[in-house]
Amino acid sequence: METKRIFFVGVGGQGNILATKLLGEAALAAGVPVSMSETHGMAQRGGVVESTALVGPARSSIIADGEADIILAFEPLEALRVLPKANPRTLLIASTSKLPPFTVAIGQGTYPDLDEILAYVRGKVGRLIAFDAMEEAKAAGNPLGVNMVMLGALCAAGQLPVSESFFRQAIEEGTKRAFVQANLDCFNRGLEVACQAAA
Amino acid sequence: MSDLTSNSPGRQALMLGNEAVVRGALEAGLAFSSCYPGTPSSEVSNSFFALKDEMGFYMEFAVNEKVAMEATGGAAVTGLRSMTAMKHVGLNVAADPLMTLAYLGVRAGMVVYNADDPSMFSSQNEQDNRYYAKLSGLPLLEPTNAQEMKDLTVYAFELSEQLGLPVILRSTTRLAHARGPVTLGKITPPRRTAAFVKAPAQLVALPSTTPAMHKALLEKQEQARRISNESPYNAVFGSGSLGVVTSGVSFNYVMDALDDLNLAGKVSVLKLGMTNPLPAEQIASFLSGKEKILVVEELEPYLEEAVKVIAQENGLVMPIKGKGVGRLSRLLEYNPAMVREASALFFQVDCPAPAVLDLTDCPELPKRPPNLCAGCPHRMTYYAVKQVAGPDAIHPSDIGCYTLGFLPPYRMADLVLCMGASVSTPAGISTATDQKVVAFIGDSTFFHSGMTGLANAVFNNHKFTLVILDNGITAMTGHQPSAAMDTALAGQPMTHIDLEAVVRGLGVKHVQVVKPTNMAKTMAAVKEAMDYDGLSVVISREICPLHGRRFSKVKKPVFAVDQDKCRNHRVCLTSFACPAFYLDNEQVKIDPNLCLGCAACVQVCPERAIGPRKN
Repeated sequence: METKRIFFVGVGGQGNILATKLLGEAALAAGVPVSMSETHGMAQRGGVVESTALVGPARSSIIADGEADIILAFEPLEALRVLPKANPRTLLIASTSKLPPFTVAIGQGTYPDLDEILAYVRGKVGRLIAFDAMEEAKAAGNPLGVNMVMLGALCAAGQLPVSESFFRQAIEEGTKRAFVQANLDCFNRGLEVACQAAA
Repeated sequence: MSDLTSNSPGRQALMLGNEAVVRGALEAGLAFSSCYPGTPSSEVSNSFFALKDEMGFYMEFAVNEKVAMEATGGAAVTGLRSMTAMKHVGLNVAADPLMTLAYLGVRAGMVVYNADDPSMFSSQNEQDNRYYAKLSGLPLLEPTNAQEMKDLTVYAFELSEQLGLPVILRSTTRLAHARGPVTLGKITPPRRTAAFVKAPAQLVALPSTTPAMHKALLEKQEQARRISNESPYNAVFGSGSLGVVTSGVSFNYVMDALDDLNLAGKVSVLKLGMTNPLPAEQIASFLSGKEKILVVEELEPYLEEAVKVIAQENGLVMPIKGKGVGRLSRLLEYNPAMVREASALFFQVDCPAPAVLDLTDCPELPKRPPNLCAGCPHRMTYYAVKQVAGPDAIHPSDIGCYTLGFLPPYRMADLVLCMGASVSTPAGISTATDQKVVAFIGDSTFFHSGMTGLANAVFNNHKFTLVILDNGITAMTGHQPSAAMDTALAGQPMTHIDLEAVVRGLGVKHVQVVKPTNMAKTMAAVKEAMDYDGLSVVISREICPLHGRRFSKVKKPVFAVDQDKCRNHRVCLTSFACPAFYLDNEQVKIDPNLCLGCAACVQVCPERAIGPRKN
């Protein structure tokens, strides 16, 4: 079995660590080895939150520059910032819903044009799947479910030896009971939109 | 039931490294713990605090790591299985008791969990605390993954009792905050009481008793060395005439690198789980017959230098290298690619060229640093002090959320050293210069190590202003209790300490307490404090809103900018800089989802254009 290296990047509050953990639970349930790593302490304060999952026999839990097979960027500016982790074969799944950092509001730097970001990323990585995960989450009735939408898109990409049912099981067992259905709805939207984008 | 507490031996659960340490402590029958939080160790103390009643052990948050170490030592010499957890620089604070606790020894297992932070994700330095084990003579264990974090925690208690010594369990950020599968063992109910047995020759460290204690420690170290040589945690992986010696998280990078480079069968790896005392005989026998040895370890050449000494003592001659091979340095954390490159270079095999992207044409990206939260009272205090003190005042600051005041637009941290230093460094600064000094410290850090500096400042007649940012909680590390907290509000059976009474009790004559939500009064208080000819303290008191909202579900009305009144001065945005503000087509607006309704911005707007949002 080959190891798949998945890099998650988001902004504090988007829940990418939970998404990574659910991928880990799904892999564990599927009997696939997994190791993960997370950065702590930034979530509450609006900073960049990174997490990684290595699905397969590798023992390492972090990903060196150029070595991510799949990148899940929960925000377009962060899709650009994370590019050092990508290589010409990387699949990058990005949400296009912008969260401008506060530095932009106080005049330190400008937020690049969204179309330019996407064109730039598309020109560098193997494949880009871009869609508005926030819109999908809202459409599913759960604006806090961006992470579940992204997880659905990751599952749809079909590059992991972990079948869809294990993802659903992880969401059912690993998220708050009151949100399970809403989270599954978000997961389904992500699954569908990524399948369409890939078609 | 959570994985941490479920008594289902043999089940596999996904755990954070720090959670695995907690699980290990529960399996070992932990009875007592005292900790001061510090990232990357904080989840251990948080989990202990959350589980103490359910699992029937005692746990308290101490005011600092020295107190935590002493309290834990007190329980361990009395006969309870005990544990303290701290970050690497926390062990500096606790180093005094650690050193002599090694002389005294313990009657029940005592484990010191120490989390180092290579790359300084949340720390002021990246010191390598393995040297504390050598300095103190205490056994040192280094796990390599979540499973070993649990297993070695259980073993650390056993080893501690076998030797009668505290044992240091050392992780790094990438183990503490890595998540992996852990096979659970059986939980052991704690034995909560013991009788203190008087033994002054062993427990009273005086010039008359310590020579025998030191001799006993050396004898225990000899016993520990024999254990280390036989330890299953020091083990050889693979075979071959080339060798790697490694420990901790680096072991994973080494094994992946050897796979990637097809070096299996050519390189054998000595993985050291017990790294003080080192298994000198085992290392010598590993070296014997090897062509060359690569030592892979983050931070200092702790293993590398020891391996070279062992080779010399045994007359073994071969190249032994570590630091300086490829990108392996004493700086920052390693990653799999660095170790792969260094292995290829040292063992002279081809390394696939990295497929990195050419990003030289990437536009410059706006930074996204962590920020003080919307509604954070620290921002209000900083704004008030900045208006009064101006750009020339010197601001020693301390360790906590408020260290983020270093960032623009505030830039109100001119000297940050270590916990408590913002109260002590002004003694030197104000002696050297007439520039005004306005120092900052949080309530938890003040109780941690600010009180002694303040006593010193009173006693020696120093003249500066100290602003205590009292948000009633240890916010940065995840809202652990602070001695200044409202214990009744939090429903905790602890005793609140009146900060103002402490400051006055230490002899400070000029003390004011303000609410930073009232900007004018705060500015007036700061001015008065700075004008005072002597030492002055301003206690700026407002509960951390993230902490406070757990107890009050009443949401204050949120605010909005009246676009008819706004003249686009943008003081709210560029000077006050609350992250709830944003620009929309050159108009300043407030995000109602972020606004907490603190009303501080209302007071900074020169046009009075900010008011409660009308629906």
